[in-house]
Parts: sequence; structure tokens; C-alpha cells
Amino acid sequence: MKNDEIDTSTRLSTLVLKNPFMLASGIMDEDAGSMIRIAKNGAAAIITKSIGTKQREGYANPTIVEVDCGIINSMGLPNPGIEAYGEEIKLVKKKTSIPIIGSIFGRDEKEFCLLAKKMETYGADAVELNLSCPHAKGYGLEIGSNPEKVGNIVASVKSSISIPLLVKLSPNVTDIVEIAKTAEKNGADIITAVNSVKAMKIDIETGLPVLSNKIGGYSGRAIKPIGVRCVYEISKEVDIPVVGVGGILTAEDAIEYFMAGASAVQIGSAVYYRGVEVFKKLNNELKEWMKRHGYRKLLDIIGLAQKNRRG
Amino acid sequence: MKNEITCPRIVEIKNTKIEAKNIKTIFFNFPSKNIIPGQFLMIWIPGLDEIPMSVSYISDREIGFTFRKVGEATRALYDLKKRDKIGVRGPYGNGFTIKGEKILVVGGGTGIATLAPLIEKILSTKKRRVTVIFGVKTKDELFFTRRFRNIDLKISTDDGSIGFKGVASELAEKIINNEDFDQVITCGPEKMMKKIVDICNSRKIPVQASLERYIKCGIGLCGQCCIGEGLRVCKDGPVFEGDTLAKIPEFGYFKRDASGRKIKI
Repeated sequence: MKNDEIDTSTRLSTLVLKNPFMLASGIMDEDAGSMIRIAKNGAAAIITKSIGTKQREGYANPTIVEVDCGIINSMGLPNPGIEAYGEEIKLVKKKTSIPIIGSIFGRDEKEFCLLAKKMETYGADAVELNLSCPHAKGYGLEIGSNPEKVGNIVASVKSSISIPLLVKLSPNVTDIVEIAKTAEKNGADIITAVNSVKAMKIDIETGLPVLSNKIGGYSGRAIKPIGVRCVYEISKEVDIPVVGVGGILTAEDAIEYFMAGASAVQIGSAVYYRGVEVFKKLNNELKEWMKRHGYRKLLDIIGLAQKNRRG
Repeated sequence: MKNEITCPRIVEIKNTKIEAKNIKTIFFNFPSKNIIPGQFLMIWIPGLDEIPMSVSYISDREIGFTFRKVGEATRALYDLKKRDKIGVRGPYGNGFTIKGEKILVVGGGTGIATLAPLIEKILSTKKRRVTVIFGVKTKDELFFTRRFRNIDLKISTDDGSIGFKGVASELAEKIINNEDFDQVITCGPEKMMKKIVDICNSRKIPVQASLERYIKCGIGLCGQCCIGEGLRVCKDGPVFEGDTLAKIPEFGYFKRDASGRKIKI
């Protein structure tokens, strides 16, 4: 079996992906040029920086700190605002052929609907709701941890657009499955799990939190077992596709997510650990692994741990 | 093993030096060796801000960075004294690559601070020669002149208070028209660098420029400092070759603010 006989393509609702490796929101996706570079490096889809209704500078530096086994960031949702972002989406759509998914964050249904409609008008192939940013007051997780709010926002966004709707969830809730089921019931087409995990770094020489916002979101190797658990639990209970994200540095990491039930995965911190070329590397490693293990299609791996489970 | 310190390392300031009015150098010991001229550090002013600073002094004993008091963060840095503490991570970015034997270095304002250790590195090899152009608005803004006392240094001032009257790029063009150089290296205001890069590109002289952008993560992740087709100033730069810069339409024209919105240079 040759590498080109191995099929790693996958589907998320109506989105067709040439491989299962997507760019996660927040990494090199604030401007068209960066996204074009990521596309040229083999990403199967791109989720944009989370965009809000108004221009936002984000928090003061330090906004990021590297710790053991990962990175804690608290960027504070910087973005140029939805009006200014149109030209970036239009340009990246013109120069690439992969799905571009617009990530949005809002305070309420009205803001989310306005943002989703704009993204669709600009040419985005899907919309991802950021209901999980762990560090922005009044946004993200503060909304995404409340099932009733999640249900209302998902339902109203779904009725205002005709492109697929992804809902990105946080692991910082008592029961992520309940939130995922609420999203599915209200019309979500795809679940993305998980956003970064609330965390903190204190500098012991000064006795100060390093991040200006004090608390941030932990990503990288340390959170992979958390993400895999969430994807496993969600996949068991919902019928819509699940996208895994959190701590994927190698194809083996991604395979864990596929076996847990993920139809695709998103790559973030690995752009730091393995470079912009990480997408190509991961797809080649995945094909090599599948060849060694006698799998021809990615679909044969997806949900394997679900099928093998007892009870 | 990585040469970088990736989590802010608290260091004690060994010394400070006022270089000119509102321009200061802070010296400290830093465990990461082999810093390449042109690389930068992220300097954490605990409790206030974290900003990129290119290294202006590199030796085995200590390193230093030189800055002008312009905003809240640099004002706070300016007030720091010996034995005060700052957090440092890095070195980040690529740094300059010296090519050939006869090199022209063009610095505008505090851009010269980034170039100073490069000039010393160029001269550490016997057969290399360097001509330095240092452009400032007026005589009082000059610094490092003692440090450069044995160097072929040409000064330009906007007001003509010393040296060539005019901007550094004009003086550079005059010199390039009269002499051949293997390479030109520049750091300073972007409009000045744009002119120098254009001059060199049209004459096919290898040229490098060190760019400045709003930097947040410093490690090539957040995308804040991207230019052209996803070139990260913090990771793929800050030093770029002339042929790369020729393909970056915004070079010399616009940058992005903290929100990612375009603003004119």
C-alpha cells in the first residue's frame, strides 16, 4: 500500500476536508496573508480569529507564557471588528480553495446573529461560535457554560444562516455533554471540543501572576487527555460530527482523538512546537501510521474506541 | 536543546547608562548565550507590560538593550535603577546574516542600537570593512559615538546641526553611488528602510532590514505581527532580505494596531 492510496479525507456536515487537520481559531489567522500561508502548508480548513462586532485591542502584554507541557494565553479577543474583517475573508477566499470558517464571539443572540450573517456574506464556508473563551468578561465561557443561553444563541444563529454551524465548547464546565446535546438539539451541525483550559502562572520571584489578565487558557500537550475525554463523552451522546482540539502535536495524538470519535481535529499550539509546516507533517505521519496498521481510510479509525467499548 | 528562555526569567539590573537625552541602556546578566545581533528579547516590566527590545550590547559578561522613552512601558523602564528586577525571555527572531567583506550599515535614530552589536561582529573578522551611517533629527540625539570612535562613521542630521544635512537614506544613496558594497544592512524608521531597500534592490545589492511591528506572543503563534504572506516579524524576522521585502506590499506603507486593524506608517 502506497501513501497516495491512503484516504485521509473526511467530512463535517456538508464541508469536505482533504485531510483531517484544520487550523484552530486564534493562531495566525487575523489577516488574509497568514491564512494563505497556512493553507499553502496543507491545512484542510481554517478557523479565523474570533471576530466581534467592534474593534478590540485585547489585553496588555504579557498575553502568553510558556509553562511545562504547554502555553497559557490570555490575548483578550483582539480583533479588527467584523466590518474591517470582510476584506481579509474575501482575500483569503480568492487565494485559497479550502473551507474558511469564521469564528465569532458576541454578548447575546443579536450580536451572534449579526456576526454570523456578515461572515456568510463575506463568503465564509461555515461559522464557529466561540462559546468557550476562558478569559474574556461577558463573552465566551461566561455564555457557553449556561445551557439555556447556548440553546438560544445556537437556535437563533442557525435560523439566520444557511452555511454549517460549528459550536466550540469549553472543558471548564461540570457537564460538557449536556451543553453539546443542547447545541445539537438547537441546530448545531458540528461540535468543536475543546477550547483552552483555565490556568494561571505565578512568577515566584516577584510574587505576581505573569499574564496581565492573571488567568488564561492552557493549551498544548498537557490538555490532550482532557480533550480526548471530552470528545469521547460527547461523541457517545450526539449524532453530529465532533472536531477534536487540544494538545495535538503528532499524528498519534490526533489518532487518539479520531478513535474517541472526532471526525477531524484542529491544530493550534503545534504551530509553535513544530512550525507552520505542521499540517503537512501530520498528514504524512498519519498516512504512515495507517499504512503500518493496515488502514486504508480515516473513516475506519473514527470512533474505534467507541465501538470497542464495553458497557 | 533550545537556546531560548521561554518563560520570563527574573534578572537584576547590573547597571544603567544614559546614552543621550531620553535614551538609556539597561545592562544585566542573561543565561542564554549565543545571541545573534538583530535578535530581540521580550522584556517584562512586572505588573505593567511586556515589550520587545533588540539587544544592543552582547558580551560574555553581560548584555544590554537601549531604548528611547516614548510610551508608558519605556517610561517605566527608564526609571528603573541598578538592582531593580525585570523579566526577560528570548532571544527571539532570526538576527542579521553578514554577507561579503565590504558592508554599509545604515541606522536611523534608535535603530542604531540594534545595529551596534552587528557592527562589532562585522569588525571581529579582520578582512571585513564597514561604513556606518547614523541618521538623527538633530545633533543632541546622537549616541554611541564613543563606541564607534574607530569606525568609518558618517552622520546625517535633518537640521544640518552636524554632518550631512538631510535624511540617512539620501546620504546612503550618495555613498552607494560612489562606492561598491557587498551588502547593506539597515534598521530605523520604516520609510527610511523602504527607500534604502528600493535603492539596493534596483542596483542588485544584497540588503537586509530589521522591521518593527506590534508584538504580542513573540513566538510566532498569535499572528499579530504578520506581514505579507504570513511572515511573522517575531519568528520569520525581524530581519528580512531585500527580495522578500520587495514582495511585501505593506512594507513602508502600513502596519497593524493591537486590534489587527491597518494603520498608515
